[in-house]
Amino acid sequence: MTVSELVKSLDLEILSMTDGTREIKGAYAGDLLSWVMGRASAGNVWATIMTNVNVVAVASLVDMSATVICENSEIGDDVIETAKQKGINLLRTRLPIYEFTAALSRLI
Amino acid sequence: MSEPLVFTFDVDGENFTSAGEASVAMKKNLRMLGISPEAIRRVAIAMYEGEINMVIHAGGGKATVTVSSDAVKIILEDKGPGIANVELAMKEGFSTAPENIRNLGFGAGMGLPNMKKNADEMTVESTLGVGTTITMTVNI
Ligand SMILES: Nc1ncnc2c1ncn2[C@@H]1O[C@H](COP(=O)(O)OP(=O)(O)O)[C@@H](O)[C@H]1O
Ligand SMILES: [Mg+2]
Repeated sequence: MTVSELVKSLDLEILSMTDGTREIKGAYAGDLLSWVMGRASAGNVWATIMTNVNVVAVASLVDMSATVICENSEIGDDVIETAKQKGINLLRTRLPIYEFTAALSRLI
Repeated sequence: MSEPLVFTFDVDGENFTSAGEASVAMKKNLRMLGISPEAIRRVAIAMYEGEINMVIHAGGGKATVTVSSDAVKIILEDKGPGIANVELAMKEGFSTAPENIRNLGFGAGMGLPNMKKNADEMTVESTLGVGTTITMTVNI
């Protein structure tokens, strides 16, 4: 499934979409950034409630297919701008992490 | 490539929001050099953790990355407080990061273990009151 298809299926809010054709390969959920960097794999969808700018760096370095901010967690315009510049797919949902990843697992 | 390529970065210890810029820039450089995605990922993660540590724990520092035909070597140097017990610091979960840093999602004590895991070779030289130099090699 591609990131664009995921957006449509789960009605996600698009904050930054630089490559909707990116294929999703599994997922990882978590808020501790070092933990995420140690455990997540390239192509994962990353579900988190963290929204500081370091999230963009982690998403880029791990090479996530998309990063999904859950619980409609508030995010600064500067962070969204950085995501666009760095070519990161950044999405948002009102669903809590558990509900989002449960819905995702039914799809992928 | 015949001659090794050297990239240097100043890591600003005052600006936490820009932390990680050197690693993200280096990732781009390696991609342009045609290095494999898996090797790039390992370099980027190891370097990012080291860069964040220099910002959180040492007030900034310097990163030097040398790309040769068979390896990427990353040297991170700071003049911070040094690490009292390197063996303890290398343990998963050990962290002296303050509360405000934990609130940003750092300070899980996984940085040095992540660096060790992603590098083929890693040495930590640290002297209390003088600073820390970490050298990591990722074979490509
Ligand atoms: N460059 C450094 N200068 C001084 N202390 C450091 C440095 N890097 C790491 N440390 C020490 O080692 C501990 C463990 O580091 P790390 O595994 O990256 O975890 P964290 O950064 O989450 O605390 C840190 O909490 C800190 O006490
Ligand atoms: Mg660390």
